[in-house]
Amino acid sequence: MAVLLTAQDLTTNFYTYEGVVRALDKFTLSIDHGCTFGLVGESGCGKSVTVRSMLRVIQSPGVIEGGRVLFSEQAGTDPIDLLELSEEEMEGIRGDSISMIFQEPNAALNPVLTIGYQVAESFLFHRTAQMSTRICEKIDGGVSFGLLTPLYRAMLSIAAKSPKSRFLKACSRIPLLRRWDTPVKDEAMRRAVDIIGKLGIANPEEIVTRYPHNLSGGMKQRIVIAIALACHPTLLIADEATSNLDVTVQAQILQLLNDLKKESISSILLITHDLGVVAETCEKVGVMYAGTLCETGKVEEVFSRPLHPYTQALLTSVPKFHQEGELQSIEGSVPNLVYPPSGCRFHPRCPKAMEQCSIEKPELKELRKGHFVACHYAEAQVGGLV
Amino acid sequence: METSTTMDAVQAHEHPRLRELKFTLVRIFRNPSAVIGVVLLSFFIGVAIAAPYIAPPKYAHAPYKMPHKGFSPTPKPPSERFIMGTTSGQYDILYGVVWGTRTAFKIGLLVVGFAGLVGVTLGVVAGYYGGWFDEILMRFVDIVWSIPLLVLAMTIVVAFGRGLENIIIALALVEWRWYVRVIRSEVLKLRHQEFVQAAKLMGVSDRKIILRHILPNSIYPVLIMGSMDMGSMVITASFLSFVGLGAPRGYADWGQMVALARNYIVGPANNPLQFWYTIFFPGICIILFVLGWNLLGDALRDAFDPKLRRR
Amino acid sequence: MRKKILELKGLEKHYPVYGGVFKRKVNSVKALDGIDLDIYRGECLGVVGESGCGKTTTGKAVINLHAPTGGTALYYPENGEPVDIAGMSNRQMKKAGIRSRLQMVFQDPTTSLNPRMLIKHIVAEPIKEQEKLSARELEAKVVSILEMVGLSRMHLMRYPHEFSGGQRQRIAVARAIAASPEFIVLDEPTSALDVSVQAQILNLLDSLRKDLNLTYLFVTHHLLVVKYISTRIAVMYLGKCIETCPTDELFMNPLHPYTHALLSGIPNPEVTGNSSRIVLEGDVPSPLNPPDGCRFHTRCPFCIDICRREEPALIDVGGGHSVACHRQDSVAALVEERYGISGYC
Repeated sequence: MAVLLTAQDLTTNFYTYEGVVRALDKFTLSIDHGCTFGLVGESGCGKSVTVRSMLRVIQSPGVIEGGRVLFSEQAGTDPIDLLELSEEEMEGIRGDSISMIFQEPNAALNPVLTIGYQVAESFLFHRTAQMSTRICEKIDGGVSFGLLTPLYRAMLSIAAKSPKSRFLKACSRIPLLRRWDTPVKDEAMRRAVDIIGKLGIANPEEIVTRYPHNLSGGMKQRIVIAIALACHPTLLIADEATSNLDVTVQAQILQLLNDLKKESISSILLITHDLGVVAETCEKVGVMYAGTLCETGKVEEVFSRPLHPYTQALLTSVPKFHQEGELQSIEGSVPNLVYPPSGCRFHPRCPKAMEQCSIEKPELKELRKGHFVACHYAEAQVGGLV
Repeated sequence: METSTTMDAVQAHEHPRLRELKFTLVRIFRNPSAVIGVVLLSFFIGVAIAAPYIAPPKYAHAPYKMPHKGFSPTPKPPSERFIMGTTSGQYDILYGVVWGTRTAFKIGLLVVGFAGLVGVTLGVVAGYYGGWFDEILMRFVDIVWSIPLLVLAMTIVVAFGRGLENIIIALALVEWRWYVRVIRSEVLKLRHQEFVQAAKLMGVSDRKIILRHILPNSIYPVLIMGSMDMGSMVITASFLSFVGLGAPRGYADWGQMVALARNYIVGPANNPLQFWYTIFFPGICIILFVLGWNLLGDALRDAFDPKLRRR
Repeated sequence: MRKKILELKGLEKHYPVYGGVFKRKVNSVKALDGIDLDIYRGECLGVVGESGCGKTTTGKAVINLHAPTGGTALYYPENGEPVDIAGMSNRQMKKAGIRSRLQMVFQDPTTSLNPRMLIKHIVAEPIKEQEKLSARELEAKVVSILEMVGLSRMHLMRYPHEFSGGQRQRIAVARAIAASPEFIVLDEPTSALDVSVQAQILNLLDSLRKDLNLTYLFVTHHLLVVKYISTRIAVMYLGKCIETCPTDELFMNPLHPYTHALLSGIPNPEVTGNSSRIVLEGDVPSPLNPPDGCRFHTRCPFCIDICRREEPALIDVGGGHSVACHRQDSVAALVEERYGISGYC
């Protein structure tokens, strides 16, 4: 399968009063086209920092120190390095080819704007040119937009070429002329209604006129998903998107994501701490610990035959349906990343730690087919690719 | 903590409160404005303490009464005898500025102390218990909010005569309303915090909950406000002195001295800055004093900001 | 026969909603709308349900942290007459010597520990309320309690922020058991913690219950956690208890359609391949105006006429299993027919 997104040696530090927090340390990850990838780890292990670094939305005092994020939207094309794009180009990618859903829908939605406006905004930001062309074609085909049709035709042909031009911005301040984008706005609203309807929400025409506080938690999360899906992203990043929801609503959202993936999105990167969610929805999984990726591979493979001691411990520490005996827990707690342990970051808590572990940082190596592990012990046990 | 054993070794012999204090101080003094503020205030504190040595009082029983040599309304420039010159009425400017520092601290501490004590007590009780007491108190505070300071000050001065203590009373009577509101809102936030509920479950009495759990967690905004107020109270008192409601004539008070220099702010047409010393010395003292407290207050705010305090 | 420790009868907690110019009471949020529940000595009763179903309110009401607005909560002391604590004030309870017997551990240990108190003082506070000890005796007792929860003397002189989340929760547990309670409400004690730490706390709680002969009310939304730690489970929906049952029985043979939906919705960390689940339509109705009849009828896939009209009572079907559903006899068959699910164990 073709690779969609690769992070190579991504390193992100936070410069805080306590010292430099080494949140991501040479983090490497790749996501294929058409794959649902689950990224699991405990809180503070750098899951969110990872995606924020990849999309370059790290907030101060965080700084991306190095590495590359290669993104190839179409399979087979040359990848582009997202870290080298200008901020303007990045804006064109965020919310368009890569979009994101956050944990807290209340924080993602603006309480004073209608649902419809917030969904339509995504179209207006990324799709003005496309929509303008479409409308111009319609006008040329004889569809009338009332008295102002000639004005629309003239202005929209400009917008079709350069939707963010200064001229159009200036026109937006002049009475009458500023109404040039009415057909575009109407079109965006129509698309918003469309996409909300597709997410299984009853009477979308009514929903678009409402405000976020009128909706329930599950409904709001659907709207957030609608915004994220508006421009048919090739990669949808869901950052703990279901963690705050109830079991029954979580079931609805997970099913929705599953259905959507079949139809419209190419890949999903699901970030969660819930191993159950990963097991049920993802094809591949990456396990993170303290800013590094310990193990990655197919979900069935990693969950049934984990190689990294951390993954093994994590899997035995969650309660299951068929729980036998006591839950095993990992001794100690997550390290303070101002003073990360030397070598393998898991070695102070690792039951299998060897001398080498505290000295040398293990590389991510393919120990079984498609199953990468960064662990000296596992390497010694399995002995290279079988 | 397992992870920071190196830090533990360093900190083991220190008492945790000391460590905490150190942490706060480091936070405060990382801020350059705090350093300036503290330097300014230490200077004023030094002057206030050393006042009898810098400017020995002429009348031991009334050191705040400025000595004056003659009654001439025209100020005299700095000379060997009067280092900062004399102001209108031949009052020694140096003496006034030095003893005025003590007056400034007296005004600030008394007003803020009284207002803080009353405000915090009432605010905590109102916020913690709520109910009718809260309702009545807050409506009363609303009424106090409607009293203009100047009118109150004039009324008190008319009733009890001119004097510094009357100004302090007037200021304190209107200033406590700020503290009530600030601390009440803090307490309302804390009242439903889980550690307060846990204490209630253990059967801890309300008094102990307030003293142990509520006050230590809600007092910081009051400290910050108190620091800012120290400055603003002095400036308000100076203003009242300036308009003639404050200290009696001849009292060592910066506002009083500016008031004395009122007619000499601008000198004769050919030399407008002829009497600069009459307004400059008391004026700069007021400015630096207020600035010092404000910078300190600002630094305290940064240091106590819970969002910045911990990772 | 097992001994009861608490007996709730029609316990209610309504939060009034004020409106209009004169702030008159216009409605009330029925967070807890009359639940009947017996809690037995030595058990760990899990209370599960979605957010807003009143499980936390139940926890706070049974120990009288938030005074219930109706119903009774009878507390049966070890030896002595049962007391109705529903109408008592904190002071009355303290006088009767039962305040410290009923304790609570909160969800988030960062907010449940006073940030400006040393661990020593946090744990000593409940002890001081009960007995007068010399400073040395007090410290010895604090240390012994800290050791019970897996901390040590070297942690005495620290502030809560110097600990990790799991350790903070241990301190919160230590504070609760320092009051020498008989009954502890655990309000989502592991939700704010990491997966790997969660197991430590669960095991700690379980062993403390056995060693100190405690009774727990474990409130959570995480069904697998409750399965691990609880001996009995009560399922709540919209302020009502709809099913209570021993843990294994519930997972083997759930009777209420809502319980079926909850159980099938649990994301299973074992890769099994089959993941058919009952996806309920819509959202939980507002507790301001709960629906008539059975409260679950608006979302129930097997709703019939009687469900819309009559509210089902919680009836005992034997083996300590009670359920409130008109169609409890046929639900299992319906679920299997429509979703192909039979049992969750």
